[in-house]
Amino acid sequence: MAHFDEKAKPFSNQWMNDRLAVDTVKKVLSTEYWIPKNINFLWAMGMILAATFGLLIVSGIFLVMYYQPDTKTAFDSVNYTIMTEVGYGWLWRHIHGVAASVVFLIIYIHMFTGIYYGSYKKGREMIWLTGMLLFVLFSAEAFSGYMLPWGQMSYWAGMVITNLFGGFTKDFLGGIGNIQALVEWIRGDYVPGQAFLSRFFMLHVFLLPLVIMGVIVLHFAALRIPHVNNQDGEEVDFEKSARLYKEGNKKESEVIPFNPVFLSKDIFVMGIYFVLFFYLVFYHFEFAMDPVNFDPADGLKTPAHIYPEWYFLWSYEILRPFPFNVGLVAFGFAQVAFFLLPFLDRSPNVAPANRRGLFGIWFWLMLIDMIVLTIMGKLPPEGVWNVIGFVAALTFIILFILLPFITKTEKKA
Amino acid sequence: MKEFKILAVVAFFTLVTYWGVEPFAHSQMHKHVESNNFSYDGKADIEEASKAIEVAKNITDANKKAKVLDAANKKLADKKAFWAEVSQVSKLKGNAAAGEASFAACMACHNGSGANMGGVIPPKLDNAGSLYDKNYLIALIKDPAMASNVDHKYDNTMMHPMGTVKTMITAPQQIADVVEFIKTKKVVKLTPQVAFEDACGRCHANRYGNLTQLGTTPKFKTEQEALTHRVKVLDEQDKIKAYMGKLPPDLSIIDRARSANFMETFIQDPQSQLPGTSMPRVGLSKDGYAMVQAYLEKTGDPSKEARHALGPWVIVFFIIFTMLAYLWKKSQWKDLH
Repeated sequence: MAHFDEKAKPFSNQWMNDRLAVDTVKKVLSTEYWIPKNINFLWAMGMILAATFGLLIVSGIFLVMYYQPDTKTAFDSVNYTIMTEVGYGWLWRHIHGVAASVVFLIIYIHMFTGIYYGSYKKGREMIWLTGMLLFVLFSAEAFSGYMLPWGQMSYWAGMVITNLFGGFTKDFLGGIGNIQALVEWIRGDYVPGQAFLSRFFMLHVFLLPLVIMGVIVLHFAALRIPHVNNQDGEEVDFEKSARLYKEGNKKESEVIPFNPVFLSKDIFVMGIYFVLFFYLVFYHFEFAMDPVNFDPADGLKTPAHIYPEWYFLWSYEILRPFPFNVGLVAFGFAQVAFFLLPFLDRSPNVAPANRRGLFGIWFWLMLIDMIVLTIMGKLPPEGVWNVIGFVAALTFIILFILLPFITKTEKKA
Repeated sequence: MKEFKILAVVAFFTLVTYWGVEPFAHSQMHKHVESNNFSYDGKADIEEASKAIEVAKNITDANKKAKVLDAANKKLADKKAFWAEVSQVSKLKGNAAAGEASFAACMACHNGSGANMGGVIPPKLDNAGSLYDKNYLIALIKDPAMASNVDHKYDNTMMHPMGTVKTMITAPQQIADVVEFIKTKKVVKLTPQVAFEDACGRCHANRYGNLTQLGTTPKFKTEQEALTHRVKVLDEQDKIKAYMGKLPPDLSIIDRARSANFMETFIQDPQSQLPGTSMPRVGLSKDGYAMVQAYLEKTGDPSKEARHALGPWVIVFFIIFTMLAYLWKKSQWKDLH
């Protein structure tokens, strides 16, 4: 057994250090976790995401106390019990609904920040990959949660998305993915019903949150060793800078400790975010709660327009303009394309996109293309919208195919 | 400053996306119908009939085309004549005392007995003067199916459950008198729930308001009583279903499911939003609709008051939080540059 002080009083600092190494842990994770000084408010998005996820967990715990995962009572347990009979139930529900939508806005900002500053390469690949894994998990969490109020859009979105798995027939890519009755297996029935609702309830409130929490820890851990990037992509000598900082030469040092210096800025940005967030919760929540979902699920009445929530629209639009099987492949490509970013970007430079020549153009084109896809994904698929959507979907695929070539020609800075 | 520039870029792309998926997309998905400001002059009915003629002209089968076109032309002429007559009656000065005598004829059905007649329970008329528009009442007495714009359901509008009124109150002056009587004597101070029950509640339930087609569901002492009542409700619903083609939807939360513009224009002319629907025009006056709307908001969006009471406090809390956080940040970063 390691050495420990027998005279130390229980739970005193020494006693805790001998047993849990609290001082070391504090240093490693907080007071001597060095962050570059040269950053802007976009570096606070990680903490904002953590805070929003916290809000989702807390509001979700209150909601799950009253929600009933039964196709007969689910709709009214949300729209009546929680909204009228539970004290502040409406507040928890609106926080949960708005946070579920806003969390994706912050995820996209966080993601595009990473792409813009090249924060996915040169030792930071695992940060990017675990982040993308979180994106996929959040998507699954959002989709499963959207089923729970059991409104018209829950039902029909569930129908449309599970139908995608009906594409794996003997006609799919020459039969390599021929899986019979996959859709029925996923639904537990021929149409979305009680089995469907129960299993999505389980996924939403148990399995997925559990996995998400694990991957968040992994994401943070992936960050600890390569350190955070900075807004010029400079390679910071963390050891030297840390020494300077500890000696009191804070001006010469290029780094700051996570706690309290970096955190003080995070909390300030978070304050601004919460003002906006609660403005949305109290006065402008309609964007996060689609009117169609206030009609109870009815398997005999297809809504005039079926569309996913805004954060899925870009990938939905990559699926939609093609024939079914081609669309399925394109959709599959869209889901994994961003995972491949660290390997498709062949340039050795870590720098803001605007200083990387062709890649700068690539970045802004990609951003605009995804916004175009998002908007076209919601519009009815007719006339000129169809054409624009088709071109935007092709552009998305072509941009990814071009990426290795344009980054390979990039000169080393 | 650089941070503000970055914020402007982020805000710009966020707002463009928001505009695209919310206001713009919804404007493309739902056709906009202009409100006729709760005046009932048949404008929309005549326009619809004109449009039907245009549609008929595109039929390729010559035989069928001639037939359909003929019917469409006749329909347009009927609608024009009908609403012109309504306008004429509207100009007459009614006599409430004379109207009261004729009104006695209405009481044969509109007696509050709660019995279903020909598909629905005839409404009590105690509040009709406050709820319904004058022109609409004139039109309704002249020809109920034409007034409520569901004449497409009947070969002969006499077949409408209230069709017989066409033979009971016929002279223009007589109609003007009855309407004058209703508009001056059948007036009450409306409440939202009463307005809903009178205008909508005989076909539409509102379960969050504890209303079925038979009104407020009372508390029962025994399960047997509750089940007996439930059977009565199901019987009534079956009759409505047979009459309307399907059970009209429960309106508990329709306030959240449809836009304000949809509700307002749908209530004035259901055909404008759902062509072919069997829902009749109800003929609510502007004030009558305001009351119905208040009830739908109460059951559909019950947290509105609480939201508006709590919202400012939470936001002020976070503004103060942000200011304190800014001071902390400044003190932490003061030696760094």
